[in-house]
Amino acid sequence: MATEGLLDGARQLKIHGANGKHSPNVANGKANGVKLVRKNGLSPGVRNGMATDVHSKGKEKIRSKESFEEVPLYTAVMTYMGFYLLVVLGYLNQFLFAPPVAKEKNRKGYVPLYNRFEQFYSRYVYRRIRDCWNRPICSVPGAEVVLKDRITNDYGWTFEYTGLEKKCLNLGSYNYLGFAEASGPCAEESIESIKKYACSLCSTRHELGTSPIHLELEETTARFLGVEAAITFGMGFATNALNLPCILSPGCLVISDEKNHASLILGLRLSGATIRVFKHNNMKDLEKVLRNAVVQGQPKTHVPWKKILIVAEGVYSMEGSIVHLPEVIALKKKYKAYLFLDEAHSVGAMGPRGRGVVDYFGVNPHDVDVLMGTFTKSFGSAGGYIAGSKELVDYFRVNSHAACYASSMSPPVAQQIITSMRIIMGEDGTHEGQKRVMQLARNTRYFRRRLHQMGVIIYGNEDSPVVPLLVYMFSKIGAVVRTLVSKKIAAVGVGFPATPLMEGRIRFCLSAAHTKEQLDNVLDILEDIAERLGLKYSQLPRYKGVIQYEDEIE
Amino acid sequence: MGTYWIPTNIDELLGGIKEASLLHFFLEGFLVASLLWFIFRKSYKKRDVHSMSKEEEDRLIEEWNPEPLVSTPRQDHPALKPHVVTGKAGHYLDVDGHHCLNLATHNYLSFADKPEVEERAIQSIRKYGVGSCGPRGFYGTVDVHLELEEKLAKFMGMEEACVYAYGFSTIASAIPAYAKRGDVIFVDEAANFAIQKGLDASRSSIYYFKHNDVQDLERLLLEHEAKMNPRKAKVTRKFLVMEGIYMNTGNICPLPALLNLAHRFKCRTILDENVSFGTLGETGRGVTEHFNVNREDVDLIVGSMEWALGSIGGFCVGSSFIVEHQRLSGLGYCFSASLPPLLTAAAIASLEEIERNPTLMSVLHGKCQDLHNALSNLGEAGFRVSGFSEGPVKHLFLLNPPEDLGKHQALLHDISQYCISNGVAIIPASYLDQIEAQPRTPSLRITANVDLTKAEMETVIKVLKQAASKFLS
Repeated sequence: MATEGLLDGARQLKIHGANGKHSPNVANGKANGVKLVRKNGLSPGVRNGMATDVHSKGKEKIRSKESFEEVPLYTAVMTYMGFYLLVVLGYLNQFLFAPPVAKEKNRKGYVPLYNRFEQFYSRYVYRRIRDCWNRPICSVPGAEVVLKDRITNDYGWTFEYTGLEKKCLNLGSYNYLGFAEASGPCAEESIESIKKYACSLCSTRHELGTSPIHLELEETTARFLGVEAAITFGMGFATNALNLPCILSPGCLVISDEKNHASLILGLRLSGATIRVFKHNNMKDLEKVLRNAVVQGQPKTHVPWKKILIVAEGVYSMEGSIVHLPEVIALKKKYKAYLFLDEAHSVGAMGPRGRGVVDYFGVNPHDVDVLMGTFTKSFGSAGGYIAGSKELVDYFRVNSHAACYASSMSPPVAQQIITSMRIIMGEDGTHEGQKRVMQLARNTRYFRRRLHQMGVIIYGNEDSPVVPLLVYMFSKIGAVVRTLVSKKIAAVGVGFPATPLMEGRIRFCLSAAHTKEQLDNVLDILEDIAERLGLKYSQLPRYKGVIQYEDEIE
Repeated sequence: MGTYWIPTNIDELLGGIKEASLLHFFLEGFLVASLLWFIFRKSYKKRDVHSMSKEEEDRLIEEWNPEPLVSTPRQDHPALKPHVVTGKAGHYLDVDGHHCLNLATHNYLSFADKPEVEERAIQSIRKYGVGSCGPRGFYGTVDVHLELEEKLAKFMGMEEACVYAYGFSTIASAIPAYAKRGDVIFVDEAANFAIQKGLDASRSSIYYFKHNDVQDLERLLLEHEAKMNPRKAKVTRKFLVMEGIYMNTGNICPLPALLNLAHRFKCRTILDENVSFGTLGETGRGVTEHFNVNREDVDLIVGSMEWALGSIGGFCVGSSFIVEHQRLSGLGYCFSASLPPLLTAAAIASLEEIERNPTLMSVLHGKCQDLHNALSNLGEAGFRVSGFSEGPVKHLFLLNPPEDLGKHQALLHDISQYCISNGVAIIPASYLDQIEAQPRTPSLRITANVDLTKAEMETVIKVLKQAASKFLS
């Protein structure tokens, strides 16, 4: 089992505050460069180290704060103890009582289908807090969301719907710019597009699945991102899984951030290229891996690599961190590597104009070789895109697995993206889009600063709308999510195996649709929960003054 | 003190050597030598890694010239100038300005532009908006997803269903959710590309058997059983993956015979019904209904909502024991945003249409049969039709194709262009030739539609004959 040798290997954590201007919530002088060493979580190979390494020595741009505070030793010990206890009780439970689950019929003599530990884990550990996930909703996932009430009478084995509904403030959906709306221009134009193009073309892009709306979407996307061309696909996950393999082959090297999304990992695995992992957002480690790769060439033969591709995400959805894009671009240029940037969570949500991390750092979009992103989040739709030079996009048009074999995007889904993108660009003649981008930035800073002042540990960059609040213990994930829902707040809990065993967390996704009053309400409730459940783990100095909600951002 | 101590010791040592036997001497010498060799070898290797100076490394970096990220595709590739369909892709559609009878998109039941289906999608936008803004686990499960899953499970008479957001990713995620490294998968060589990607992701050992050849499968199974060490066989899962109607050939799989073999060799079965769901069987329940086999004999049925149902997405149905596993292990299920509610609602509406019209399937089968008969008469014109006669997908192969693959494809492309300009939308099946597991013979893929009339079929034959006389003689 994976928990062997749990306390092996030291993990380094550095907390950097690059410049104090944007960070009133931490006494910067002290936090700056503080180096904390702590014991590692599980499987050092997979998740060893997670240092944030901001190379900004007060030069060039003001870099906002990114922090990964270490866990107090006592909490670490208690987290493991708690987990072991759950496992021991689980085995006892399994030994004493037959699980009330469906058994396989008519498959006598077949090799068992499932891994035993996997099954044990999902039945006896995960089940205890199973009610915190897959909760059905029955409304638009806007600033508020209506949850379908369900109860369990058998400790999580089965659920029953009570027929009641509960309206909650929505901090769980990826509705960053608040475009998940059942009325307004996006909804109206999408409805029009159903009348014009129907729901589906029942064909692939190579065959008869291209309609003018797809061409318009691709043209709009390219204009939005400031690049030559773009190609779009019907599913964000498939955009990574089906397109990465066509630019890579055996003999190519991929250098991938350890926190990359499952779709990227699947795409890389399908490509047959060699994969090396660098520590999350750690530029020193990236350079080390890059340099070593170019100098050493392929293992054994030392033949030079055909090409090297760096794969990173804009905003990491579980860590709340932002890629150090200028440094990555500098390294990529120095070592002649290519860069694939997945902007699933950042496009629309980051940057003064909402064009993603490229806009946030003010770098030239042409410096990123492959810009990838999804439309599920900020645009309130579905699907994904790949954008870049015309040559690159033409290559994908011809060779992409998704363009050749998967159905083309549904027209109303495409229209939602076009309309919301135009609003963000201000092409609708209003400042609505700009207002939303600013509102999200404001909400993000305010919420993160207030949480920090509260004394809880939050991960990531202070400009990232993804806010992971560390609760560490498995049982606390359940306790916090349940308490929040009882107080009419919908948030997401994430635990092992999606995160390392040590790092159970609650994730809040902020939205431009949230008002200050709504956030204040959440913060008051969180304050109460943090006090009662003991979540105030932070040992960093806290800001004592009153945190202002910024009215205007120039 | 030291000066006194060392010489005596050396004397003693030399004395020891003199007294020792020759064998002893060589043995000790050998041990010392191998020890030194070990130490030396390690340090030598290490030195090799670090021996380069920074300047040398920089020079290597300077000299390294990577390949370009992508090669420039040829500019006349059809994918760079795709046909543009303006308006709805219904029974008729407008391709590049030509009003055409639609024999190209997979709109078998004419649900893609059915007003009832559209209306349901519109109502759904008014209630839920467009996107679901989250994966199923994180508030992306909308009540319509549960409704669709329940309806699908009930429709197929199975315990449970799970809905994916994209047809391609359904089978491509379902296979690796069960089959892992070290397992064995037997699969028909004509299997579609999504299945191939699922096989790749599973990292299992793959055995392709000849298309629809039960004997060949049996041979492979026997060979595998014979060479497998029995202890290893106890932990090696075996899977059989097949399609109901093969997208790449239009043929129906010999399901009863395949299931018999699977049962005999204790293979689990995964059946991809992307074409056959909603088109085969008296009530559209697919190839299992067509052959009247017990659906529980199949471990997992995977279907698509993108063809017959005229929506987007895919689903898996099976026993709860099987399907529930995907909710935690299906990559495309867990890590992708859920299907937009409007498309879910459209799929529900289509499913209800199938249930409401008990005669729909027999009409479709009649049309498929008629079209098949009509296409079978094209032998003189130079075409050979392939596919199950009552199935909606047919492939027209050239009887005397040019040997060069590029010319072969270009010829079909020309025929297709001619048909489109003459009011019949027929297109070549699109493949990525270099990465398909097996070479695919180029063909025109023709799809039947429930609204096809005899007169329309005659037009199709007329146009195809004209094209043949223009390009094939």
